[in-house]
Amino acid sequence: MKLNTTIFGISLFLLLVSGLSAQPAAVSTSSLEPFSGEKGTVRISGGTAHIPVMREAASRIMKFNRDIRITIAGGGSGAGIRQVGEGLVDIGNSGRMATEAEISKYDLRIFELAVDGVAVVVNPRNPVKALSSPELRGIYSGKISNWKELGGNDKQITVYTRDNSSGTRAVFWDKALNRSMITDRAHFAVSNGAMKAAVSQDPNGIGYISAGHIDRSVSPVALDGILPGLENIKSGTYPVSRILYANTRSNSRALALKFVDYLLTGEGQDLFAEKGFIPVR
Amino acid sequence: MRKEILVEKILFVTAAGSVFATAGVFLFMFYLGLPVITGGHLGDLFTSPWAPEQGLYGIRSMVAGSLLISILSLVFAFPLSLGCSIFIAVLNPGKMGWILKRTVQFMTGIPTVVYGFVGIFLLVPLIRNLFEYGSGMSILTAAFLLAILITPTMVLIFSESFRRVPVSYLDAVKALGGNPVQAFIHVILPYSWQGIIAGLVLAVGRAMGDTMISLMVAGNSVGLPRSILDSGRTLTGHIGLIIAADFDSLEFKSLFACGMILYVFTALIVTTARGLHYRKGAGSFK
Repeated sequence: MKLNTTIFGISLFLLLVSGLSAQPAAVSTSSLEPFSGEKGTVRISGGTAHIPVMREAASRIMKFNRDIRITIAGGGSGAGIRQVGEGLVDIGNSGRMATEAEISKYDLRIFELAVDGVAVVVNPRNPVKALSSPELRGIYSGKISNWKELGGNDKQITVYTRDNSSGTRAVFWDKALNRSMITDRAHFAVSNGAMKAAVSQDPNGIGYISAGHIDRSVSPVALDGILPGLENIKSGTYPVSRILYANTRSNSRALALKFVDYLLTGEGQDLFAEKGFIPVR
Repeated sequence: MRKEILVEKILFVTAAGSVFATAGVFLFMFYLGLPVITGGHLGDLFTSPWAPEQGLYGIRSMVAGSLLISILSLVFAFPLSLGCSIFIAVLNPGKMGWILKRTVQFMTGIPTVVYGFVGIFLLVPLIRNLFEYGSGMSILTAAFLLAILITPTMVLIFSESFRRVPVSYLDAVKALGGNPVQAFIHVILPYSWQGIIAGLVLAVGRAMGDTMISLMVAGNSVGLPRSILDSGRTLTGHIGLIIAADFDSLEFKSLFACGMILYVFTALIVTTARGLHYRKGAGSFK
């Protein structure tokens, strides 16, 4: 938990620094009006797919009202639900629905924020740009171990995966792998960001990330001929998708609820669209 | 006189406190890890693979990963540290040695996450291209970086213990016509071997306890490593990865077994080193 937070703190810092130069020109303040006169801290953790949007929303709110502090950490969906349940954070993000047990145990309030695809990605230098479902299962089970077998270079495939508390993994395993086995040779990345970094560094790597995290450093792979583009995810043609949730406790502070409300305003939902997700409203 | 008693009592309380803290941590881990042990899973811990989907929580790969990475890093770091401390303390204690020593002292303060970052962008691609095998994230990569991490600790302890050799002994070697190398082999090394062991113990403890480096560059795969170019997972990295799991799950509880194993390893290393020291029966173990 602390580790993931450290990694996220660092990547967040780097991203913040790199994002400073490219601020949107003018942000309408009407949706931010509920935050005027507010004061205090909102702590957010959990699902790493949400982070780009959370960061942008937080920076707009903190710019609008300097008395509000918003901290964003990763940790994965499981950690997000647990931490909000135990009162360690105000909002716990998750890339999967909280289980019955979690909802009753922690008395959670659940908000649907956006729809997100989980895309299979490879290094941009990899000539393989399309896979069938059986091929993908073959790669992840370890039966297909060389890119040559798929028309690529004669290189050993490096499979990247996430740990069990990841919502992205849960969806990928369920909908793309059909709950088939993942090889014990697979490398583990701790977040969507770490997975993207690993695949962008490794010419022979294959991984899966939130569609909102795709940029030029990795190439999305067409699955059974369908690319994980916004249109395909929206229409359901691309099957590997899930809803991104924000979870709060039923007795969460008003400021935290205002943050979630902001994400559900037109402006907040536009943010999701901008970052490559599909708004729910 | 009364003042002395007071000071003694204060010191006793602080010493007892640290003993209780150490024992308390162990008991705490034992208590929380009890479900794994009493549930008949203890044997499974070392025989089964790690596959939580199938209800298997074996940690043999992580034990192997931890041992391989820390031993390998020691293999790299020990000759390097020995050579470096000989240079600093014996061959060239002058300006060059002083500069080197300051550098080494500075290196002890670098956070491991920095080594990890550098490793990901420099060492990982290098290893991948050099061996044309796997992803470059491997036990070897982590061991290299850990070697850099533990070398300064060893250098400082080694060179200090070399320096404690009485000057008169070294003068005697000179008077007998011995050169510095002979002085090192026949006088300095026999005199300071306890310092060398102390440095080794600290270094192996640090190597085994480090989390960030192996988490970032060893790849963290759960299979038993077949070669040092394979990816592997350490006990500490495993705890770091799984800690996000649900508190009530067996998956999470098995982490306490990892903690206990780490604890036992460290205790074994320290007691072995102490045992060696007492058999020899001399000097203070610093």
